[in-house]
Amino acid sequence: MKLFLKTGSLIGLLLTMSPPILIFLGKIDLDTTKLLMTVGMVAWFSTAPFWINKKVDVG
Amino acid sequence: MATSIFKKVIQETNEYERTPIPAKSLKSSSSFLGMYAGEHTAGTEFVIGPLFVAHGVAAGDLILGLLIGNLLAVLSWALITAPIATQNRLTLYYQLERIVGKRLVAGYNLINALMFCFLAGSMIAVSATAVGIPFGLEMPTLTDWMPRTSGWIITVILMGAVITLVAIQGYSYVARFANLMAPWMILIFIGAGLIGLSQLGVNSWDSLISISNEVIWTGIPLEGMSKFTIWHIIFFAWFVNMAMHIGMSDLTILRYARSWKYGFLSFAGMYIGHFLAWIASGILYSVFLQANSASSAFAPGEIAFQTAGIAGAVCVVVAGWTTANPTIYRAGLALQGILPKTATWKITAIVGGITSIAACFPALVMKLLDFVALYGLLLMPMGAVIFADFYFAKRFGFQSEQALSNQVHFSVPAFLAWTLTLLICLGLNLVYGVEIFFLGLPGWFIAVFIFVGLSRVYYSRSKLSLS
Repeated sequence: MKLFLKTGSLIGLLLTMSPPILIFLGKIDLDTTKLLMTVGMVAWFSTAPFWINKKVDVG
Repeated sequence: MATSIFKKVIQETNEYERTPIPAKSLKSSSSFLGMYAGEHTAGTEFVIGPLFVAHGVAAGDLILGLLIGNLLAVLSWALITAPIATQNRLTLYYQLERIVGKRLVAGYNLINALMFCFLAGSMIAVSATAVGIPFGLEMPTLTDWMPRTSGWIITVILMGAVITLVAIQGYSYVARFANLMAPWMILIFIGAGLIGLSQLGVNSWDSLISISNEVIWTGIPLEGMSKFTIWHIIFFAWFVNMAMHIGMSDLTILRYARSWKYGFLSFAGMYIGHFLAWIASGILYSVFLQANSASSAFAPGEIAFQTAGIAGAVCVVVAGWTTANPTIYRAGLALQGILPKTATWKITAIVGGITSIAACFPALVMKLLDFVALYGLLLMPMGAVIFADFYFAKRFGFQSEQALSNQVHFSVPAFLAWTLTLLICLGLNLVYGVEIFFLGLPGWFIAVFIFVGLSRVYYSRSKLSLS
């Protein structure tokens, strides 16, 4: 389950960062960029809360 | 992990409040790295970068100024704050109380709380510029000081109420939320900057240079704005967190560091938040100006939405909220130092109310650069007092921690160092026209000089040993 959540979060971050790179390189248009970043945001918001703060900080 | 130290600091009400941090509670370097990166990539960054553009800074001045100013800020944390924090391992408030006395600390707390309220208010206003998009809310402009519409006031008051209610529930939920939002927000800042560059037509190194100089940071201020030079950028970047480094407010956080060298880890916050994010948000504003040449609106939410879509607008809301919430909590803690018998929720509600009213005034956003400079300047002299007490007491022959040593609640040298420094700075501003951004550096030396001189008169070691 944790692996699934972490994979979802990673996909979320990839969909946040890669569309700006692709539009900068002229590979996709602005609307597609915005859409993919929104999907990335949803993926991050819906998976990260379930694992990112679960680790106990032992300093 | 990013805000774990801060979370620990503000959740502690009894533990280590008046005792040094024991070795078992010290924190790792990775905790500090994450904390600094998260704390300094926040809602304010969406305002500061665009304001640099509005103030007509030139591209070369911006890059060089930020590199130098941020380096000076890192050195201030590492060489001024961290050595005192890791040697004494006390909170700012307790350290200050031992030197200046309880009554003066109460005055310091009051000013600190008010400044925190205004800062949180500006962040609520920033969030409102994104929340208002679907409702077609009329956005404030660069020259606005007063609210334009009743819709703006209603939106801001409602947001302030929600944020205050969440703050009353406690800090930990928002700290967790801020914690997990930090990596995503940093990527949104960098990504939005890249989208902005592509929108402006950058496709090569040469076009990057020419568009940076001719379109983004043109060197020409917008109408009604003053002109910023490289000196403004250096001093602003250095002193934007003046209260935290030379003002010593980060003693409370760095006392958890295993070594004074952890002060250097502030580079993560400076070069991600105060370099990349300021540059990225400046690019976004430039895209907005190109697309809306007739608009004089200054709304971070709309600016981010235009370039990065829903993700950009949500980032503005999240960044504003996660900055406002701990700031309201910090203000509450400062006020609780003055009113220790009042319930925490009541204090938080009072602070939230003041913050929400402050947020109605767009002046707090439009004048954010001046406000953060003023905020640091007001608190900085007390940091200079701590520095002078730590390094110069023995050398110049006055008693260290004079309030504690003499069982007094009010240190005259510290009070005069604080007030006279501010009066002299005011004089430099009014008489000689020295801008507020440049007053921190002379002010710090003036405060040290006055405190050392008066401490030799009031608390001279030789005089006290004779009596």
